Amino acid sequence: MNFDFSDDQKMLKEQVRKFLADKSPYKTTRRVLEGDEAYAEEVWKGLVELGVTAATIPEEYGGAGMGALELCVVAEELGRACAAVPFASSVYLATEALKLFGSEAQKKAWLPKLASGAAIGTIATGEGPQAPSPRNVRTSFGGGKVNGEKLPVADGTAATFAIVLVNTGGSGDRSLSMAIVDLAGAGVTREVVKTVDPARKHARIAFNGAAGELLGAEGAGWSQLETLYDVAAVPMAFEQIGGAESAMWMARDYALQRQAFGRQIGSYQAIKHKIADMYVKLELARSNAYYGAMMLSEGGADLPIAAAAARIAATEAYDFAAKENIQTHGGIGFTWEADTQFHYRRSRLLSLAIGGPLAWKDKLVTRLERKNAA
Amino acid sequence: MDFNDTSEEAAFRAEVRKWLEANAKRKSDDKQAYRARVDDPGLLRAAKEWQAKKAAAGYARITWPKEYGGMGGSPIQQVIYQQEESNFLVPLGFFDIGLGMCIPTMMAYATKEQLTRHVKPALYGEEVWCQLFSEPAAGSDVAGIRTKAERDGDDWIINGQKVWTSGAHYSDWGIIITRTDPNVPKHQGLTMFFLSMKSPGVEARPIKQISGGANFNEVFFTNVRVPDSQRLGKVGDGWKAALTTLMNERLAVGMPSGGLDVDELLELARGTELEDGPAIRNGHVRSKIADWYVQAQGLKYTRYRTLTAMSRGQTPGPESSIIKVVAAPKMQDLGALAMELMGPAGIMTSDVPGSGGFQAQWIGGAGFRIAGGTDEILRNIVAERVLGLPQDVRVDKDVPFNQLGKTK
Ligand SMILES: Cc1cc2nc3c(=O)[nH]c(=O)nc-3n(C[C@H](O)[C@H](O)[C@H](O)COP(=O)(O)OP(=O)(O)OC[C@H]3O[C@@H](n4cnc5c(N)ncnc54)[C@H](O)[C@@H]3O)c2cc1C
Repeated sequence: MNFDFSDDQKMLKEQVRKFLADKSPYKTTRRVLEGDEAYAEEVWKGLVELGVTAATIPEEYGGAGMGALELCVVAEELGRACAAVPFASSVYLATEALKLFGSEAQKKAWLPKLASGAAIGTIATGEGPQAPSPRNVRTSFGGGKVNGEKLPVADGTAATFAIVLVNTGGSGDRSLSMAIVDLAGAGVTREVVKTVDPARKHARIAFNGAAGELLGAEGAGWSQLETLYDVAAVPMAFEQIGGAESAMWMARDYALQRQAFGRQIGSYQAIKHKIADMYVKLELARSNAYYGAMMLSEGGADLPIAAAAARIAATEAYDFAAKENIQTHGGIGFTWEADTQFHYRRSRLLSLAIGGPLAWKDKLVTRLERKNAA
Repeated sequence: MDFNDTSEEAAFRAEVRKWLEANAKRKSDDKQAYRARVDDPGLLRAAKEWQAKKAAAGYARITWPKEYGGMGGSPIQQVIYQQEESNFLVPLGFFDIGLGMCIPTMMAYATKEQLTRHVKPALYGEEVWCQLFSEPAAGSDVAGIRTKAERDGDDWIINGQKVWTSGAHYSDWGIIITRTDPNVPKHQGLTMFFLSMKSPGVEARPIKQISGGANFNEVFFTNVRVPDSQRLGKVGDGWKAALTTLMNERLAVGMPSGGLDVDELLELARGTELEDGPAIRNGHVRSKIADWYVQAQGLKYTRYRTLTAMSRGQTPGPESSIIKVVAAPKMQDLGALAMELMGPAGIMTSDVPGSGGFQAQWIGGAGFRIAGGTDEILRNIVAERVLGLPQDVRVDKDVPFNQLGKTK
């Protein structure tokens, strides 16, 4: 039985943690949140130098050739710091999509740039206030041109290219495909949209005959997206776990320090049990995420179930810790000045990013039904 | 990361499996289990026989030293044995308190001769032990017990009452926490003993539980004479001894095994029609199934993390403190939803899917949330010991026990 990260992986984690503690304190997240920067460039550059954007890219494409477990430890630290960088979009999603579905030429074109930091990728799926689905994706692709509008696109102003979910005709699930679009090319306009977490800027991107090429087979977009989300759900869960743990300790520290009615508020059970519940949810999430990481790294058949369980547990843990952290702080927790807001904002962003808990629970049960029937 | 045994672990597993194949019957499916009627005398006899066989083979308590009939093995070997044994139809459950809590406390405090006398019979299932801690006025606050022990020459005389004592009616021995000095604050005036449940003046009366069974008891002590040599720890140091027991209890009271879980609920939901279609298509039902699946998996893999630490010879982290706080309410709530799916007939305990198992779990869950530390006390433990939050205000902490309730 070896259900833990290796010493090397723990060292990498420590290294990233130290780097982020130094270069990406809440002050930096706040700066991006309050300002116009697309992301914290110096933090991103540092991450590129640490080699973590290249972590899971095979060596033949200029990457470090590490596994999913390394990615997971990095993700946890990014979550802990609430870092203002496009890591999830570029690494868990765009990089993985290219690895999974890219042609040799596409991999050669993009992966080395992703590894070196010369490119930042994202994925553009939704088109307004509804979960993207074959029924509502209208952005079209034909003759090498993309037309339509994606809203909101995570890290859409930071990204240099996007993997766009497009409608290629045909019926039902087979109507969707993925296309890669260079966002610097002609026919692309983008603007920042307002969101609850401006520390990760989101964009409205209009495509007017923008040049693109298919990623994967025509008509396979919807099923590719499901595969991709399973792969991304695991590091995303670790990011949520990092955030949940950070919010939990923030609440705990404040509960020790703040007094009311002549006592530390942490001596009131309504508060201490709340924080104990944060811990319980966190450990449930961590254990599920470990299994997800194991399935991801060994390409296990149980990945779709493990990823969904990790995703659900981590979303629950982070949502709970982030909101009850504010509650634990009382009035000061609701101020712009307080650092509680970063986790509250980020927890919601991450919980909706690749599908919310309702959707994942439904997927999980479908997969369990399938497994039990087999 | 992998779930594989090391080569030594694999060899040990093979050995255990071979022994079990030769000595017990394989379960026909995962859930086949002796139904928990621990008050059934026939079952007790069968359990004693099985325990004796196991002990003779060295498997009864693998981590104990050889001199006490153990194997001097590792915790991971103990777990491997349990994993393998769970595939066989064997009667269990009567010796957990004795071997999991009482004897370890004895090991910390009893003399060599006493251990020689007591450990082996306990291990072989010849003698059953119980834990005499809770009282009518003191459960969570077990340091508030009132049962008195007074010095009389070389003996102590015990008077008072214990309650909720599991298995007292078929136990041969017990460890008991008593008050020997009411003039000092509550934690300081306690002393622990072990005693024969056959001592004159001990009377165990089974209490019928919600479940209909009667496995716990009220136990009355009337001038029960216990020699000073059966004292565990110093006079007045009983709280320390009790903590030894309770620490072991936290390790022992894990998850109830063999209950109905998510798989069975899923099966039930597939076979059940609600007003708007099959239950399995109902969003609320799906969402609950997903939640409990995630909890069940979370607990399973939390154990694996603990095992990993143990298999490396490290002390496990605090993560296992979450187990009962999650498992007990889940057991109750999952049972309740399964019953709801059956409609008004969900109240029936037979002629329903699961053969009444969901109903039993709903009932049993209510007790599981209390036994071995309530949900609330466990949250306190997580908050205080794991997260370093302050203790509750304890107005009685520095007040002599016999002055409690008299001030103000
Ligand atoms: C099936 C079963 C088997 C048992 N077997 C044994 C046994 O073998 N030996 C033995 O000694 N005991 C045994 N017990 C007793 C068990 O340990 C106690 O019932 C338990 O510790 C609770 O104590 P209590 O019943 O006095 O409830 P109380 O302590 O009175 O608690 C009542 C309620 O108040 C809450 N409460 C109490 N203190 C606090 C606090 N500080 N903060 C917040 N809430 C609080 C509790 O959580 C609970 O909800 C058994 C109990 C059950 C149900």
